[in-house]
Amino acid sequence: MEKHLLAPGHAMCAGCGQSIAARIVIDEAGPETIISNATGCLEVSTSLLPTSSWEVPWIHSLFENTAAVAAGIEAALKHTGKLDRVKVIAQAGDGGTADIGLQALSGMWERGHDVLYVCYDNSAYMNTGVQRSSLTPYCASTTTSPPGECSMGNPHREKDMIKIAAAHHIPYVATASVGFPRDLRRKVKKALDIKGPKYLQIFVPCPLGWRHETKYTYKIGRLVVETGLLPLVEYENGELASVRKIKEVKKVDEYLKLQRRFSHLFKGTEECRTELENIQSLADRNIEHYDLLLK
Amino acid sequence: MREYLEGSIAVARAVKLCRPGVISAYPITPQTHIVEELASLTASSQLKTEFINVESEHSAASVVLGSLAAGVRAYTASSSQGLLLMGEVLYNIAGLRLPLVLTCANRAVSAPLSIWNDHQDSEALRDSGVIQLYAENIQEVVDLHLFAYRLAEDPRILLPVMVCMDGFVLTHAYESVDLPEQDQVDEFLPPLELIEKLDPFKPLSMGIVADARFYMETRYAIQETMKECLVIMPELKKDFNKAFNRDIKIFIEEYYMEDAEKVLVTRGSVAGTVKDVVDEMRAEGQKVGMLKIISYRPFPAEAIYNALKDLYAVGVLDRAISLGSWGPMYTEIKALFHGKDKFPKISGFIGGLGQRDITRDNIRDMYDKLDWGEVPCEFINLNREFLIGARKYT
Repeated sequence: MEKHLLAPGHAMCAGCGQSIAARIVIDEAGPETIISNATGCLEVSTSLLPTSSWEVPWIHSLFENTAAVAAGIEAALKHTGKLDRVKVIAQAGDGGTADIGLQALSGMWERGHDVLYVCYDNSAYMNTGVQRSSLTPYCASTTTSPPGECSMGNPHREKDMIKIAAAHHIPYVATASVGFPRDLRRKVKKALDIKGPKYLQIFVPCPLGWRHETKYTYKIGRLVVETGLLPLVEYENGELASVRKIKEVKKVDEYLKLQRRFSHLFKGTEECRTELENIQSLADRNIEHYDLLLK
Repeated sequence: MREYLEGSIAVARAVKLCRPGVISAYPITPQTHIVEELASLTASSQLKTEFINVESEHSAASVVLGSLAAGVRAYTASSSQGLLLMGEVLYNIAGLRLPLVLTCANRAVSAPLSIWNDHQDSEALRDSGVIQLYAENIQEVVDLHLFAYRLAEDPRILLPVMVCMDGFVLTHAYESVDLPEQDQVDEFLPPLELIEKLDPFKPLSMGIVADARFYMETRYAIQETMKECLVIMPELKKDFNKAFNRDIKIFIEEYYMEDAEKVLVTRGSVAGTVKDVVDEMRAEGQKVGMLKIISYRPFPAEAIYNALKDLYAVGVLDRAISLGSWGPMYTEIKALFHGKDKFPKISGFIGGLGQRDITRDNIRDMYDKLDWGEVPCEFINLNREFLIGARKYT
């Protein structure tokens, strides 16, 4: 059996998209890698004393300082002349990245540390029980954005972390999805071959938080791209470098219906129809903006 | 070599002699001159270090955390709000058993905003597992930094050490300072060799989750190490004195204590003024003395007990307050006499908050008040006129 650098036996859920993505990332990076890991699902479920699933040197410090800790590790490697050989990866969830960790991450990008920062985007605070984050999609139900008489779920659109990252003029920024594992592998490899700060945001379905069947992790990871809701893009030095084209565009309903976090949108009311149209228009705008259609 | 230096510059020179591989800091008054000098030494390649200008104190502490976890000696400095912002990370560094040395340029905490000196900021980190050493003058600041690296990195200890120096009073004052030579420091302080660090050839996981079965033992271990410091620090002091040919004090300093009847307990630079007043009062035939606390964490309870037990009256001068309670050092000194056969009358004074003057007259007043009953928490040199409407200032 192939030996993985994220060893089995950890406590992540059946069907967890993050566990698949994290394994792909570290296997691509290889054993000469140091990981700085934010507080979150990935951290607590892979490192419960006296066990650890990590076959590479790995540190968890706090929630919001992952990028800064990684910067310190990189500086230490630079000082001791080991940076040519050893890679540094910082990894966090969407809350640790786009909310509480954004300041430290911006600092790390701006200073140009040779670090690959990976955001596993499961679109809410899953570790603490599915609370909304700034990457929770529009209308999604979470425990802190529940639908109700005067609520249709999360009232805000998610932050565009990709453009925020690209605005730091860093050499490489990309999105990926566990629904496209070969694309993900390629992007990890490409990122690690580039000197300087890199940002990779990976879409990772969460069966528990999104309330979908575990068998749909891969399918949802594909549909989000095929609907245009998640454009798979690469930015190099602040400029758009590539997009993954969609052969056959799917409607957003097909993606939303698989997940009970959106089930309140399918009650057939006028309001529901309006919100579904709003979500469809978000996808359509992405398709137009990034020219996603394969012609 | 003796040089006439500003306190901050002296700290930077001492830190340079300790050869940190990574320095990270964020500007805050009155800490800035220290890191400016280190940046300048780095820019002119007199210091070979990675100097990381970060976007907050939280990240400054996190960068040095990462560097130490990878086995490279590090340094940072802060004050007041900055130190509080580091607070979460400093707890974490202590828990991870990483030997950081940092300087606290002591400053009051907002609101209202005050850039001036007291001990409230470092006092807020009293319980974090960070060793705290307080300096009276610039020579002590230099010596304590050199000592701090050796102490933090001792494989029996591995805890962060914070050297506390009064903002402005020490950071911006000038003094003739004896800085040792590089080879003396190299002999006293060997290169950092951490057995447990982030190393691809010996992968280990740091900072993992400890449930109710394991967490408490980690706290116990730090508490035990703090106690062991009381044995280990005198050993390291011997090495220090030999290496630099001087006699430093590490726990407490006693001033005219042999036959004293009344004593003030102090911390930091105010000890200098108190010593002057003791000299004056001694000349008048009054049996007064002073006890200066240098090591606040670990708290050298036995040494303090022995120094104070035979006295008639003790006053503890805190430059911080646990609001709603008393002065923090007063409380601890009061507590260490609990259940003991011998104990003096102990009074608590709060002074010098936000750098309110503590004058010679104020100090004389405190000695005089020790003849009366005990007071637990008396503010000295309050401006009565400004008390009216003081709530509105904030």
